[in-house]
Amino acid sequence: MLTPRVYKEIPQRYRLEANKCKKCGKVLFPPRLVCPCGSEELEFYRLPSKGKIATYTVVRTPPQNFSYQKPIVIAVVELEDGTRIMAQVTDLPPNANYHEYVKVGAPVELVFRKLFSEGEAGIHVYGYKCRLL
Amino acid sequence: MRDVAVIGVGITQFGELWTKSLRELFVEAALKAIKDAGVDHIDSMYVGCMTSGLFAQQEHLGALMADYLGQNPVPAVRVESACASGGYAFRLGLFEVASGASDIVLVGGVEKMHTGADATAALAAAADAEYESFIGVTFPGLYAMIAVAYKEKYNIPDDVFRKQLAMVAVKNHENGSKNPNAQFRAKITVDTVLNSTLVADPLRLFDCSPVTDGAAAVILCPADMAKKYTDTIIKVSGSGAATSTIQLAQREDMAWLDVVENAAKAAYKMAGVEPKDIDFAEVHDCFTIAEVCVIEALGFFNPGEGIKAADEGKTALDGEIPINTSGGLKSKGHPVGATGVAQIVELVEQLRGSAGERQVKNARRGLAQNMGGSGASCTVHILEVV
Amino acid sequence: MGVGIVGYGVYVPRFRIKVEEIAKQWGDDPETIKNGLLLYEKTVPNMDEDTITISYMAGKYALQRAGVDPKDIGALYIGSESHPYAVKPSGTVVAEALGITPDVHIADYEFACKAGSEAMFVAYSHVKSGNMKYAMAIGADTSQGAPGDALEYSAAAGGSAFIMGTEGLIAEILYTYSFTTDTPDFWRREHQMYPQHAGRFTGEPAYFRHVLSCGRKLLEMSGLKPSDFAYAVFHMPNGKFPQRAAKILGFTKEQIEPGWIVPWQGNTYSGSSLNGLSATLDVAKPGDLIFMVSFGSGAGSDGFIYRVTERIEEVRDKAPKFKELINSNKMYLDYGLYAKFRGKIILNPHV
Repeated sequence: MLTPRVYKEIPQRYRLEANKCKKCGKVLFPPRLVCPCGSEELEFYRLPSKGKIATYTVVRTPPQNFSYQKPIVIAVVELEDGTRIMAQVTDLPPNANYHEYVKVGAPVELVFRKLFSEGEAGIHVYGYKCRLL
Repeated sequence: MRDVAVIGVGITQFGELWTKSLRELFVEAALKAIKDAGVDHIDSMYVGCMTSGLFAQQEHLGALMADYLGQNPVPAVRVESACASGGYAFRLGLFEVASGASDIVLVGGVEKMHTGADATAALAAAADAEYESFIGVTFPGLYAMIAVAYKEKYNIPDDVFRKQLAMVAVKNHENGSKNPNAQFRAKITVDTVLNSTLVADPLRLFDCSPVTDGAAAVILCPADMAKKYTDTIIKVSGSGAATSTIQLAQREDMAWLDVVENAAKAAYKMAGVEPKDIDFAEVHDCFTIAEVCVIEALGFFNPGEGIKAADEGKTALDGEIPINTSGGLKSKGHPVGATGVAQIVELVEQLRGSAGERQVKNARRGLAQNMGGSGASCTVHILEVV
Repeated sequence: MGVGIVGYGVYVPRFRIKVEEIAKQWGDDPETIKNGLLLYEKTVPNMDEDTITISYMAGKYALQRAGVDPKDIGALYIGSESHPYAVKPSGTVVAEALGITPDVHIADYEFACKAGSEAMFVAYSHVKSGNMKYAMAIGADTSQGAPGDALEYSAAAGGSAFIMGTEGLIAEILYTYSFTTDTPDFWRREHQMYPQHAGRFTGEPAYFRHVLSCGRKLLEMSGLKPSDFAYAVFHMPNGKFPQRAAKILGFTKEQIEPGWIVPWQGNTYSGSSLNGLSATLDVAKPGDLIFMVSFGSGAGSDGFIYRVTERIEEVRDKAPKFKELINSNKMYLDYGLYAKFRGKIILNPHV
């Protein structure tokens, strides 16, 4: 029953809501109560939705709830403001040699997609993925 | 703080042990350690274990193991730091003796992974549950991304990199073939690795440590008391630990294990030694790339040079700094919570001169490095013969 | 004070399947299908796309063109026949993701292929009545055709969003009219995976009766002639029906051309005439009159007459146009992958 857990992360997964330290300028995603620099003076911040691939892999043995989609390509994306997040790379040609398309440095945009469904009768869980531009 | 010695060790067979349960494994290793030490009682015990809850719905391992070891009412607690659970259990046991609070402390680590549970999902709990595991990355996936980041940083051609990584596994199997307790004792070649199935590009099956059941245990006592039990006094001269970002994406440099660098710094300082003073080491090769990054962060090799070490024979049993003489996690196996303690067992066997075919010549000072997650927690211990 | 569209957005997924590929599967002659339907390929949603994610993209693009604060949107209505839940609105997820919640009215609509245009109808009425400043209507679908059925060739995925308002209009709505009867030409019973239809009955008594009745009444209400219009958009279950409806009402092939997108997109059901409207707005000039009649089985038609304003030129380029989306980054699937993507394969129940 994922609802209570998933509900809490909606602002992050749907709207990329983060916060930013007023003292040192570090962007915190997901938002935190205290910055690693020690300051608790934090302000609202939204992540940009474009960036490039910093590193990636093709996961050929994903966990059971993703096995229908395997293999899944996961990347660390460095967004335009320097923040890094991890996201699946979607909209790739199926069964292709992914390495011909996905490369370190490739520009991507974040998109709103269904991450997975909780079995046959549970909720659909939505969030961000990225796709090549 | 008083000096602490390791006076007894015990370890089970590592592998797919269908007929041994979680509690049986721990007790088996603990009994061996107690007998090896020759102590007639223990004052306290620590149990390192990562995921008995997810694998077998069993928490509260301190109480469970104390009971089944026949040690009630001795105090006992379970220590968890993902794959560094064993190393941290050892560190806490060390400090309990060093502080004077207890004299004889048992530290054990155990993991029972063949329970029918989804191992990939259980192990994913060591990452960021909401921002990494949630999107299906898996542990091979995280380390694969570290490998790609490393390859990009040092501009290594794909095929060269792939071969150099494979040599880490080849070397560890070479050592593991000499370890009777190892899960996999067959020697392998670079082709074995390169022809094995892809798990998370570029990592293949033979780049990854296996799913293993097993346990290991050691007995600690004050160094002054150790001569009552043994002629070879093996002292814990240094202990360090550190944390780093839980999310790989938030790591300052994804190709550098700062958590190992920081833990090692503290251990070297406490022991009053430098990397060059270490004769051999057991490191956390959960994946081949991990060993590469760890030996750099420990200061044995310069950044960018770690990848060549196995290929050039520098970390072989007869190399300038033997790494993973036990066979490492790859060949010996990786029962998660047991690994950190198993590393100490190997150090002690080497320092006693009882490592058989795996013996490192003139082994006087060894280092054990145990790591959790994608480099989020780490313990480093230095043991030496007094 | 005029009421109309202040922002529009269209989205189609990147995957496609060709008529040849489906025909091969079922032993049909692809040329017969292509000539009969005037349809060549259709859009296929990725495994992680659904009506909610498509609506989000269309809504995002509409907001980019409208340039309004999402918090000023007073209502969000999504019309679809493939809402991801049977009970739980699509609108709440999309509104949450677009930053429109919580001061908003949300309802999901259904009326076969007309669900999108009726969302537009209601959104327009809210603004016209002075009830709210802006209201968003979305028509989107990831419709399913039963394996081996004629509808499998055309059932496609995509959608459009329209923000209705009184300020910053890009297309003023001059007239609206709805024509509805109880005509069960196409339906889907609860718990059934695929719809059923009454074959040739879906033509004359269903599509043509309602589209033509609606179209004629709309012309009568407005006092306008087909030649007064720059463009006309009709619901497109296939390539032929809208051509014939246009001809009967007196519109030319040139007038329907920019909105006649079905041969390369397929039928996006609740997004069909809406995507046609978006494709038309992509090229329309200030002052152009646009005639639009949708159709939903069951059955009914919603009709609209729009007049394009100057502002269209300022905002058109602020989001992707239909032609870009339908032509770029295309990836073709074979039938096996298509069946997997569309969940048409029976899985082991334990999964």
